[in-house]
Parts: sequence; C-alpha cells; structure tokens
Amino acid sequence: MSADAVVVGAGLAGLTAGVRLAEAGLRTTLVGKGPGAMHLAPATIDVLGYAPDLVERPAAALPSFVAERPDHPYARLSADTVAASAEWLSAHMPPLAYVGTLEENYLLPTAVGVPKPSAFVPEAMAAGDLRSGSRFAFAGLRALKDFYPALLADNLSQAKLPTGVTVDARAVHLSDPGTEADVSPLGYARMFEDREFRSVVAAELLPRLEPGESVGFPSVLGLHEHRTTWLDLQDRLGRPVFEVPTLPPSVAGIRLFHALRDAFLAAGGRLLIGSTAAGAETKDGVVTHVVIQTAAARPTPIEARWFVLATGGFAEGAIFLDSYGEVHESVFGLAVSGVPAAGEPRFVPRYFDDQPMGRAGIAVDERLRPLDADGNVAFRNLFTAGAALGGAEPWRELSGNGLALASGFAVASAIVEWAS
Amino acid sequence: MDTMEWVRGSLDHCVKCTICETFCPVSNVTPLFPGPKYVGPQLERFRTDDGSPDASLDYCSGCGICTTVCPQGVKIAEINSQARAKMKAQRGIPLRDRIIARPSAMGKVGTPLAPIANFFLKNHAFRWLVERTLRVHRKAPMPLFAGRTFQSWARRHPPLTPATKAIVYFHGCSANHFEPRVAQMAVAVLEHNGYRVIVPRQDCCGLPLQSNGLFDDARRYVRKLARNLEPYARRGYDIVATSTSCGLMLKREAREILELEDDEDLRTVSAHMFDICEFLLSLHERGALRTDFRPLDMRVPYHAPCQQQGHGIGKPALELFGLIPGLEVVDSDVACCGVAGTYGLKTEKYDIAMEVGAPLFRQVTAVATEVAACDSETCRWQITRATGIPSVHPVELLYRAYGLS
Repeated sequence: MSADAVVVGAGLAGLTAGVRLAEAGLRTTLVGKGPGAMHLAPATIDVLGYAPDLVERPAAALPSFVAERPDHPYARLSADTVAASAEWLSAHMPPLAYVGTLEENYLLPTAVGVPKPSAFVPEAMAAGDLRSGSRFAFAGLRALKDFYPALLADNLSQAKLPTGVTVDARAVHLSDPGTEADVSPLGYARMFEDREFRSVVAAELLPRLEPGESVGFPSVLGLHEHRTTWLDLQDRLGRPVFEVPTLPPSVAGIRLFHALRDAFLAAGGRLLIGSTAAGAETKDGVVTHVVIQTAAARPTPIEARWFVLATGGFAEGAIFLDSYGEVHESVFGLAVSGVPAAGEPRFVPRYFDDQPMGRAGIAVDERLRPLDADGNVAFRNLFTAGAALGGAEPWRELSGNGLALASGFAVASAIVEWAS
Repeated sequence: MDTMEWVRGSLDHCVKCTICETFCPVSNVTPLFPGPKYVGPQLERFRTDDGSPDASLDYCSGCGICTTVCPQGVKIAEINSQARAKMKAQRGIPLRDRIIARPSAMGKVGTPLAPIANFFLKNHAFRWLVERTLRVHRKAPMPLFAGRTFQSWARRHPPLTPATKAIVYFHGCSANHFEPRVAQMAVAVLEHNGYRVIVPRQDCCGLPLQSNGLFDDARRYVRKLARNLEPYARRGYDIVATSTSCGLMLKREAREILELEDDEDLRTVSAHMFDICEFLLSLHERGALRTDFRPLDMRVPYHAPCQQQGHGIGKPALELFGLIPGLEVVDSDVACCGVAGTYGLKTEKYDIAMEVGAPLFRQVTAVATEVAACDSETCRWQITRATGIPSVHPVELLYRAYGLS
C-alpha cells in the first residue's frame, strides 16, 4: 500500500491529524487497532485544569506553567495553536458545536459531582456551568446503573468553588418506561431519539421541577440526532437542559468520534481499523514504511512520505515496560524519555502520589518530531501527537484532550507546510 | 504458547472499556445477548470443563466486529466461538445446524437435481415444513442451485494465452454451486488484466461448520483445502477469493478459532491470500490495473460486510468503484446485515438478524437505482431478500465497466 501520509492511531490526536491532512489534499491512510479513548472519555476539551491548583484562566496560566516545565508538550505548542485547534474542531462538528475560550474554564459537574475545569465544551453541556449560581436538578434514569444523581447532587452541594459560590443541587429519579433492568448509555441515547419517549420523560419530570432550576441529564440525549433531541427536551421542559458526561461508554465521546471519522472518510482518507502497526522500515534518518499486520500471515508495508505516531501512552499499550524494566515504544522503537534511571524507584506505593514514571513518553522538537536518546531528531519525517508525548501528566493536569487536539492539529500543519 | 492459550489468554488485556459493546450489532437490538464483553472476557473466567454458566452465548452471531474494534487486541469473537463450540458439544448440536453447515455437501446433492431442488426451495409449503421440522425460518434467504458448477465450467474454460502472470482463484462453495456467474466474472476481470487464472480442485473451507460449533469437521475441511492450495502458495502464486468470509477463514479465523496456528500449509496459504478487491487495488497502486472503464451511470449502495472488515484492509472496493466514471457509490455505515453466515436462517434468530440489518435495508432501498454491492454471498442474499433489490459482488461492477458482458 502507499499514501502521502500515514497516521497511526484512531483517537482524538490521530483523527484530528488525519482529517486535516486529508482535507489538505494529501492521500492519507489512518491505521488504528481500534477506536481510541473518545468512546470512553467525556467529549470536553480540557486544556489545563490544575497547575497544580485549580486553573480558572488557562490562557493566563499557560506561560508560567510551561516556564516551570520546559519539557512539557505545551512548551512546544503555542496558546494560539491550542485556540486555533479548538476553533477548527468546532467548525468541523456542526451541528454539534463547541463553545468556550482559552480565557476561562467552565466548571462542569462530573457524574460523581466533582466540579471539573474545561476550556471548550459541547454546546449541550455548557448550561451545567456551576459558576453560574443556578439551581440544578439532576435527573436519574431508572435503568442506567452507573449514574446516581443523589450522589452527584450531594457531592456538588458540599463542593467549594473558587468564587465562593455554593451549588444548589438536588436529584430527581425517573421511572421511565421499559422493563429492562440494565440499559447502557448508548441504549438510552437511542431511546431519547424517539419523540414519544421524550414526551413521557418530560411529562414525568416537569411537575417535579421547581421554578428556576436547570436540568442535568446523563449525557444520553441522542446519538445521531443529538442536537434535535437536546433542543426538543429543552423546549418541553421550558428551561436550560444540559448533559453530564457518564462513565464508559461515553455517548458524547462517540458523537465526537463519529464526526471526525466521517470527516476523514468524506475527505477521501483511507481508514484501516482492526490492523496493528507492527513496525517500520527506515533509511538514512527517514521513515519509508509503516508495516502493519492485517488478517493475513504476512507483513503489509505502507509506503509514505510523512508519518504521524498517535498511538497513545502506557494505557494504550503504545509505550510499555518490559520485565527487564526497559521501556519501549511499540511501532518505531523510539527512545522513551522521563524514565527513572536503573535502580531508581519507578513507582511509589500511593496511587495518587507523584509517580516517577508518570511523565515518561516521547520527547520531541519544536515541530513535534521525536528525539533519540541523544536529543537529536530521530526521523526527519516522523511526527508525534497525543498521549505518546512525554513530559505531561494529563490525568493530574486535566490536559489530555487539549494536548491531543492541539498536537494533532500542529503535526498536520507542519506536514502540510512541508508538502507545499 | 499454543493458540488456545493466547486466544483465551488475550482476555487478560481486556480493560472493560466497553468499546466492543458499543459496536456489537446483536446486543444493540436484543436483550437476549448481553454483549461481547460480558459474554466474552468476563464470563470466560467462569467457564470450566463442566460448561458455561450462561447460554446467552448462543445468541452471538459470530460477526467478529468486537475483535475488529477492540483497541487492546482481545480476541473476543474467537473466545466466544470456542466457548460456544464447547457449550454446544455438551448440550447437543441440532440436526439443522449439522445440515446448514455443509454447503458443499448440499451442493453435491442439489446440483444434479437443480430444477427439482429449486422448485422445493421456492415452494412456500415446503419452506413452512422445513421451518416446522428443522427450525430454518421460512422467510430466510436461501440460494438456488445453478445446475452447473463453476468447477465444471472452469475445466472447459481455455486458459488465457499468452499470459505472463498467473494467479490462483479460490471460489468457495457458493460460487461453485449457487453463483458461478460471480466466479466467471472474477476470472474475466483477472484475465482482462493479463492473468492466467488457475482454479485448483477445492472443497469447503469449513467456515459454516466452525460457526455452528462443529470444530472437528471444520478442521478436516480447512486442512484439506490448505493442503490443496499450499503447493501454489509455496511456489509464490497469490491466491484471490471472491468470498470475503471464506478468504478470512483461510487468512486468520481457522488459525485462531480452530487452533491451527501450527498448520504450516494454512500459514503459507494465509501469507498469499488476498480478497479480490484488495488484490485489484494493490495492482492499481503499482500502476498495473487496467482502467479502461466505461461509464456506469447508476447509484449503488455498498455494504462492506462484517467479515470483510475483519481483514483489516479498509474498504478497497470503494476505491475501485472510484475508478469507474459515472458510478455513484454510497458507503453504508452499518456494520452488519444480520445474517452472519447461517445465524439469520435459524428460526429463533431470524427476527434479530432482520432487526440488525434494518438500517442497512433502509439505506439500500433509499439509495439503489438498480443494484446494491456487497462482498459476501450470504449478505447479498439477505439484502436482496429483505429489500427486493438485486445485490452483486463488487467484481460484477468492474466486469460491467470493463465491458466484458
């Protein structure tokens, strides 16, 4: 097989790069073992939430954040790039717009009632901004086991917001129609696309709401017909309605995946899901092929001029620790930086403590090209995006989707510039 | 490590992310199947030699989409196929499953009696009787016998001369007994591109037996087939298949599900096996595919079957269609037509299969001006039966556009 550009990885970083490359007219192949973490995570674009204290204004916090952390991927990505990537995403998501700016973070409730800072959020989540001082009612659906509005509301009522605002939240449990004991978020998303179902839910809920309350639903308000489903429910209830991200599967994340996948295919991209990138061929400091393993018992090389590594980090198996304590990158055999020296502790006993291995990943140059162990560019035509990048702790900083989107956006810019 | 160990052992990579469950076409339409993660990596831990604690496993259609989308590489569909075979062996395999799993045996009986056999297959009373006695749904799609096998046509077909290149064609049971035209068109398209087409003697690949839990018989068939094809593969010939699911059986499924990883014949054949669209597109990428296509002015819905997606090669048919002037193709984003080989024929599963396929049938009906295109025979029959719209193999559109008809 051959292409102009090959992207490895079908998460937010890889698909962002893939869509931009294909739309720039490059013959682009995207190889993914499976869809990435979009199916699991809230679809919010969290740029910087904690540094280490709660960040209210990411644009203002970023300069000192990167000054203190010169190896952080944000040190290679300007705030303009981050903002441009979010704008790009919003333009690619109609009718599912993103709202927000880099100037301030929303504080949205999680499913367990923790206020979570996010810079760019799906339109249907925005009314859940806890800073607004609104009164909130959280609706629980009978057969959605993983969403307990009482826990959510109780935790929120005790939360301390930076502005000193306290949250007025309560739970409403619905006994929606149906007999199944256990319905997944996706099952509910399909049910909510049915007008009749929405009318039954609204009829039960409406008399139980108090004046001035906004209503939070688990993020199950439609899959393919999301916007009309959400707006219709808002009409029926006559007040702001918003979604709260659920535990996996994340319907909001699946919508994001669908939008990017469809944009990639519409731009003529070639999508290979279910194959594994097993290695690469290189020559004189340049990658010539990525070798993939399809169903047949033979390696399939894909020749290209540019390559993007967007396979993720430890959680995705893209970076792994072997039984000799060596850390490896699975496709190109790249050097992994930030790994504690032999004999030094790699992990500490308490899970949430600062883990020595926590920032391990691929070190990159200004154009996000991987560096070798000596700090030189490993391959001139190989770029890295997303969770493979070293120097970050996305789960602690709340920076995962922000990094994935901005780095996927940036590597595509670098390649498109080179190609022209 | 033997195959069983690493197929089953792959369940340790499951992080319970639920991505397979969001894609499973069966659990998304019926509560009778609780989903691939639940039935696979989770329940497998509770299965002992005494059997499976839960019979819902039988409602897995074996479409394999869970394995295709698993980002951690868990062999979910393979684990479930093996567990189902064990469960069926313990609880007894119905006579029906033993019959519908043998298309080549049916073909051998039906071909010489084609007019009579077809009369009965089209007869409502007969189909009702079959439903009552064997529990094969009276409305399920059943192919008709062609009367003359592709093998007998191929034996009399003069080889292309002069030819500098040669290729081996694996036609499968369906093209041999039910749709020899598909095979003849594949030969014509390959010959048009300068290939001498070699058609070795061949029997069933064992896939329907495997799907119905008859693993020992499936192994016998697939080993024999691999033995017949291996001498060509060893000499460097590529092998192309028009039946995408049987091609996948030879590429990967038999090695993993039937634990035949150590069968050298099968491994050699797998290394040389191509889906025909995959092969033709690879020719095009090397500049070796003839592109003297005439315009085909029609709008065609294309469905890449679940088993085609299991090849991990994307959708090469779509890119080939792009070379044909005038042809407008609408790619179906539906993962499965529901029939999954023999699943949708079974009375107790027929309604589920139809519901799985419903979004596809709606798309096909809305888009098609003349025909639908699909790489798998059983899916084509299902689409046609459900929509009344003729469904063709992608190779037929190439054949028409080359002006070979």
